[in-house]
Amino acid sequence: MPKLVPVADELSKPFWDAVNERKLVVQQCRACNALQYPPRPRCQDCGGESLGWKETSGRGHILEFVVLQDSHIPYRAPDQPFNLAVVTLDEEPRINFFANMLGIAPFEVPVGAAVEVIFEEVAPGQLIHEWKVAE
Amino acid sequence: MTTVDNSWKRDREGLGVWPHRGKVAIAGWGMSPVDRRWDGVSMDRTLGAFAILAAMRALEDAGLKPEDVDGLLQCPNNMAGAASGSSASWGPSRPYFAAPYDSEDGLTIVTNKWIVNNWPELNANKNLTYIPDSVPDIGEGLGMAAQAVADGKCKVALYIYTANNLEGRYRRGEGNAVQNRAEGPAQWNAPWGANVIDLQLFSTIPLRQYLRKYNATWDELMAPMILNEHRNGSMTSWGFYSTNEASGLTYEDYTNARPITWPAKIWDYDRPVNAVGAFVVTSGERARDLKQKPVYVLNHNAGGLGGARSSHMTMDEWEAGMAKIARMAYEGSGLQPKDIDIFNPYDGFSPFLPFSLEAFQWHGVGKGEAADFVKGDIRVEGAHPLHSGGGNLGNGRTRTAMYIDSIQQLRGQAGARQVSVKAETAIAGYAPALTPWYLVLANSPD
Repeated sequence: MPKLVPVADELSKPFWDAVNERKLVVQQCRACNALQYPPRPRCQDCGGESLGWKETSGRGHILEFVVLQDSHIPYRAPDQPFNLAVVTLDEEPRINFFANMLGIAPFEVPVGAAVEVIFEEVAPGQLIHEWKVAE
Repeated sequence: MTTVDNSWKRDREGLGVWPHRGKVAIAGWGMSPVDRRWDGVSMDRTLGAFAILAAMRALEDAGLKPEDVDGLLQCPNNMAGAASGSSASWGPSRPYFAAPYDSEDGLTIVTNKWIVNNWPELNANKNLTYIPDSVPDIGEGLGMAAQAVADGKCKVALYIYTANNLEGRYRRGEGNAVQNRAEGPAQWNAPWGANVIDLQLFSTIPLRQYLRKYNATWDELMAPMILNEHRNGSMTSWGFYSTNEASGLTYEDYTNARPITWPAKIWDYDRPVNAVGAFVVTSGERARDLKQKPVYVLNHNAGGLGGARSSHMTMDEWEAGMAKIARMAYEGSGLQPKDIDIFNPYDGFSPFLPFSLEAFQWHGVGKGEAADFVKGDIRVEGAHPLHSGGGNLGNGRTRTAMYIDSIQQLRGQAGARQVSVKAETAIAGYAPALTPWYLVLANSPD
């Protein structure tokens, strides 16, 4: 399943560096401890500009899913139909991630199930975070 | 040319009733033909030609002439872009033609300069002094026109909204859509096949959550509304389906249609078209002396409410955003849900419909009650004539149907679509994502 390769920028480089070390990190505000993802220049809760990174448990739950059958991204067209799920992070359910739920047939995503992060190579040396149903 | 600031925008709660409530009115509307696409050769069917035609029809409807216009608000929108709305770079490079079609301007986008230069009567009008360059999309743009009249920037504002469509597929031509790299905001969604501009996706996930929470199915909730919109569109004189090809959409057609973002299907999207709509906005006092019964503006809202906190909008975020939009409309107009007769919310992506219905509490619909509500009589002949104009789904993606129907209903000119219930107030909106671009209208200034 070919996937688009993320291109890190100044703000996101620490995140993708961590992913390439098979760690899932999110931003943490040094003022109010709020967690957020994707990374942003400011804390979404208090507006603080001092933000660090925190490694997560890599555990979450499936919030919802759809099945893409005519995606706006032609590069993924050969994969259609494919699942597109939204997974919430257990430490902070306001954080959610996209997932294709590898190994689960289209339309069969178990909403509500516990999941854990895995890492998928999309280009030599570049991983992305994916999710699988927890053992 | 006049430059524009954004201080006119009513973009947050707490602003109270619009100080100019009922002092501004819509006096006319006009539509061009609605083509599926510009064919690349018909010079009488370019977006520029359609813009002038729609504007002339709007003025004629109002009983005015080009020399009466002193404010031109031309929205240079070109929505059918490759990846970000730029049709100029969409598809193969096209050959240009003799002036005035020697550039993209006039063919698939229309600027105020092109309108003035190519409409002799308007060009000769020395009273035309208010010509802002930055004119937003319909909804927000009509609000800008209303505010301009209220603030005395012009006395007769002509707002023109263009919707283009060309050969090829919509927004699939360049950038992250075709390359194998995901840059900028796309790095957080494109690797998984999600596209930052795919509003069908972003509205479908929350609706899936909604259906799960309230134990309803997609088809039982959506089919009645979509079929009703197509029925209303078939009774609209200018719509794509009523003037080109009848959709004749049936329940079986809808439920068996090609899925796009399952469970959303092709009919859950509005159909891209090439067309232009225009509106005349003036003072209520002046409108009373014109050809048509005035449709008074009680409030306008503008701005944006932000997006998802994380990767994707959730149902809670969607409901909270829509509720805020509704509160802004009611606060600014001084009306309450029970006061609204005609309800034409944004529908370009069908999941907006149930969320709008519940957020605005139209006809008392509360959270989780939309599925039961649409099982009732939502036809124009019935007690709950939802989306009496047929909207974008029933007429094509002109984004004008919500406003035109509201005007017609309040004037009593909706013909076969005229509702059988009272039609004294209306809410009409265009709200891609969580944007509060809503107007509240009435047939009385009070």
